[in-house]
Amino acid sequence: MSERRPSPTADWRDRIFAVLKEAGIVQVGYVPDAGHARLIELVEADAEMHAIPLTSEEEGVAIAAGAWLGGQRAALLMQSSGVGNCVNMLSLAKNCRFPLFMLVAMRGEWGEFNPWQVPMGLKTQPALELMDVLVYRVGTAEDAAQTVAAAIDIAFNGDIAVAVLLAQRLLGAKRWVQ
Amino acid sequence: MISNGRLDRRLAIRLLLDKRDDLLLITGLGSTTWDAASVGDDPRNFYLWGAMGSAALIGLGLAIAQPQRRVLVVTGDGELLMGLGGLATIGVQRPPNLSIAVFDNGHYGETGMQTSHTGAGVELVGIARACGIEEIFDISDELGVRDFAGRIGKSATTLFARIAIRADEPPRVLPPRDGVYLKTRFRRAIGIET
Repeated sequence: MSERRPSPTADWRDRIFAVLKEAGIVQVGYVPDAGHARLIELVEADAEMHAIPLTSEEEGVAIAAGAWLGGQRAALLMQSSGVGNCVNMLSLAKNCRFPLFMLVAMRGEWGEFNPWQVPMGLKTQPALELMDVLVYRVGTAEDAAQTVAAAIDIAFNGDIAVAVLLAQRLLGAKRWVQ
Repeated sequence: MISNGRLDRRLAIRLLLDKRDDLLLITGLGSTTWDAASVGDDPRNFYLWGAMGSAALIGLGLAIAQPQRRVLVVTGDGELLMGLGGLATIGVQRPPNLSIAVFDNGHYGETGMQTSHTGAGVELVGIARACGIEEIFDISDELGVRDFAGRIGKSATTLFARIAIRADEPPRVLPPRDGVYLKTRFRRAIGIET
């Protein structure tokens, strides 16, 4: 394990991946986002993990529930716009107290160019909290790995739904003109 | 038990669960949940009373987590239609221990028997095939259900069956509805410490 663990100076994305491995996450559902690109690559390259591309984010809530019924841990990666798609499906996690860990790449905030991203970006955290999802927010690279680790701990020890929002300032605003 | 080329749903569920052995069962909101309960409650049944559109995907997560066990999802046309993209997600993964049976009566039975999309011509079998699911059954008689039931877990890929059932409403048989209870007893029943 120690060979695989990146050094503290490794890229924060690699450190998040190491945390997922350490926590025993096996199934990773995702709708792609540029902010998750590195993590998705690492999951796809890992022989013990299942990378599961989704057509819509709420599918990942259901897959995570099924994984837990079968004794396996899952994670769900999405962009902030996908949170709105999950709202009714979050009732599955809440009603059955399924542990659920979500990693959300923010759009529609710091440095956003596309106004169409702003409405859902502004309501991402309130939408999650309306469904009683515990929300942690990561604004700096230094906080990323430890926040993800803490979120996974409380999700799987407390049988609750937890989302970690990765701030757009951390991810870097999308470049529109190359 | 057959009229107009369609099966009695309670016969269909009995045939599917006739020799279930180690089969794990996920049922969708709502009539297929009552159907499963009509055969008898079992801790290896996870009944959905909500989360419409999730049944097949819960089956996917479970099948990946438990590759040595057979997983059967039984859901209705309306429930599947709400999560239609999930068939594409399943078509990419195709775990061999996953089977999906859709009881298709072309109607939303729980809300007043409004015509569903399949009742208006949308073909689930064609959608499943286009999603990359390779072993597909289009069933409208007892023999077909028996044949499908016998093949569950014996294929190298995910199975999908559309089972044409009559649009009727047999008496409701209600299983437990406490989600935490259903989750916990399911995990215990397959040997997972909770």
